[in-house]
Amino acid sequence: MTDLTDRRTFLRAAIAAGAWAAASLVDIEDALAFASQQASAAPAAQSSALTAAQSEVVAAVASRILPAVDGRPGAREVGASYFIDRALATFNAAQRPLYTDGIADLDRRAGMKAGGAASFAALTPVQQDEIIRDIETTPFFQAIRFDTIVGTFALPSWGGNRDYMGWHLLGFEHQMTFQAPFGYYDGQTRTP
Amino acid sequence: MAQQPRPSARFRPTDVVDFVIVGSGAAGGIIAKELSTAGHSVVVLEQGPRLTERDFDHDEFGTFMRGHNINDPATQPHTFRATAQQTAHRQQALIYGRLVGGSNAHFTGNFWRMRPSDFNEASRLGGVAGTGLADWPLSYDELEPYYTKAEWELGVSGEPGPFDPPRTRPYPMPPLPVKSSGVLLERGARALGLHPQPSQMAINSQTYNGRPACQHCGFCLLFMCEFRAKSTSMAVMLPLAEATGRCEVRPNSYVAQVEVAQNGRATGVAYFDAQKRLQRQRARAVVLCANGSETPRLLLNSATSRFPDGLANSSGVVGKYLMFNSYVAVNAQFEQPLNEFKSVQNTRMVLDFYETDPKRGFYGGGGIDARFGKYPITFALGGLPTGAPAWGESFARELAHQFPRSMAFGCHATSLPLDTNNITLDPTLKDAWGLPCIRATYNDHPDDLKTVSFLAKTASDIAHAAGALAVWSDPIGPQTLAVHLLGTCRMGNDPRMSVIDRNHRTHDVRNLFICDGSSMVTSSRGQPTETISALAFRAGELIASFAKRGEI
Repeated sequence: MTDLTDRRTFLRAAIAAGAWAAASLVDIEDALAFASQQASAAPAAQSSALTAAQSEVVAAVASRILPAVDGRPGAREVGASYFIDRALATFNAAQRPLYTDGIADLDRRAGMKAGGAASFAALTPVQQDEIIRDIETTPFFQAIRFDTIVGTFALPSWGGNRDYMGWHLLGFEHQMTFQAPFGYYDGQTRTP
Repeated sequence: MAQQPRPSARFRPTDVVDFVIVGSGAAGGIIAKELSTAGHSVVVLEQGPRLTERDFDHDEFGTFMRGHNINDPATQPHTFRATAQQTAHRQQALIYGRLVGGSNAHFTGNFWRMRPSDFNEASRLGGVAGTGLADWPLSYDELEPYYTKAEWELGVSGEPGPFDPPRTRPYPMPPLPVKSSGVLLERGARALGLHPQPSQMAINSQTYNGRPACQHCGFCLLFMCEFRAKSTSMAVMLPLAEATGRCEVRPNSYVAQVEVAQNGRATGVAYFDAQKRLQRQRARAVVLCANGSETPRLLLNSATSRFPDGLANSSGVVGKYLMFNSYVAVNAQFEQPLNEFKSVQNTRMVLDFYETDPKRGFYGGGGIDARFGKYPITFALGGLPTGAPAWGESFARELAHQFPRSMAFGCHATSLPLDTNNITLDPTLKDAWGLPCIRATYNDHPDDLKTVSFLAKTASDIAHAAGALAVWSDPIGPQTLAVHLLGTCRMGNDPRMSVIDRNHRTHDVRNLFICDGSSMVTSSRGQPTETISALAFRAGELIASFAKRGEI
């Protein structure tokens, strides 16, 4: 979160540069402090809509939708399942039956695939992918894919994207200030 | 302009103020400033809350998927259908800002003038059969001083392009620094013999009137600017209006009706306050600036026995000729990182195809800009081309590789005015205040789809010429979601064919004025905000002069 707390450093520099009216700055500094506090205030990581076993399945599916690759975190590492659980407990409550039925179906398929497996979460990634390929056009999979993506990339205040790791996964930097050059092509042509 | 504690006026609803303005966006903010600085008492009623910089955020999910700062489908829903033969269903098809500052508070900042040709296209082209394409009752020359005023009073960064209309003053600020997408658009467009130019944006490229230059955080589209670098009613006009001590901006005030006396004059408006108590604000004149969606709805909801088809609707034109602006994005991936998430949406554009060209075989024209395509969630959901992996290791790798290397070409174009595209009242649906809701009916004219198809093909050629590794267009088809809501109380000289006259006065009610996107006779080439702003500066000046001469 250095990018957010660095805003204050930037603001000091801006004051020194005399760029802004001082009164305006107080408001803006207040706003940035609020944004920083809000963005870093992830809710407590505890289930409320799903059981622990159901949450494990959700985390396992999320981990196959966006796995950790090349040293970058995936949906499990950034806590996307916490977002999903929190959403199901609040504004997304209408989808709880879709989730509980979908999770039960995954567990049933897991039992058939690996005799005795009690949970989709207990399978190997290869086995999990085989099952997902069988259900990837279902409303349940579409919903969990959507929610995994949101839980990975939405502000941490929604419950996922822990410490902005989701954004790092994407190469997205959240700063209140950038300077040109912004990318390769404008850097190439820009004359100092 | 230092931000002082606001010495804002406070009026009681029983006070008869000079003007009550409904809506605080691009037009409402400017007219409030013009009328209050001319010495009038003004109350601005805004249905949304008043937010300050500390309330702003960079919350993509809340903003794009949970409806923050826009009309709320839970409490004020509307219905939509493509044609009158269909049953309208409840759906979020129309989007407008719902906060002090209006849609203008979170607009992207594109600030295009219209050209002389926009104002008399119908007569020059001989009309377009089956449409309501009409000339404006104004010329470009009449509006030009107000375009200039808008650019200088608000603060606009830009540079004239080779096809730009004549202007009496240069832009107040130079263009914003070019982004990689802009460099690539220039490269591709020049290779095709086109004429790219810097984007004209109501965003500061330098400190301007005490507000800072853009800090390039990247959150413009649908976000409010923490730095006040975006030149909006919220940041510029409303503070000036309130500083006069004669203007009160009253948030959380949801207007239900314009009230009219037996003598046919408006006496004020009835509105619900934050506690849903019905209040009245009395005024000597009423100015509606409530957006092309809510302004006609308010007139239709103000029907009385004297005005059975809705207020100021003797023409039957209130709500008709709804125009969305046709639009499509062409997406492209490049070899090296562009990092389009930094800075403003777009920095370069091509306006070579602005004019209707009869040789193309259809009406319409527009512009292409080079822009940041999608914020992270939206990108992960749909930023990769069809056929790309949708989950798994290859999906994760592809997202990480392509996000910084992706951009979009926005193709912005005309919509023809059709009387079959309109806003009426839904016969059954009521909002949380018990008022009839909007029913929108909209189906793009075939020429509008041909125009965006043509622009999309051109954008694709530009992308390839710039060296894109992959290029694909979003689907082109009838629009079912719009943020530009125009034309629904059109201006005209003939009271049988229009709602307001060339001075923004309604033909039917002498002390009722309208100025917002609903006033527009044609749609612009996809960027209406500067025209709405210029109309508002002109309307404000005219209305003040009428008041001075006792002509209200």
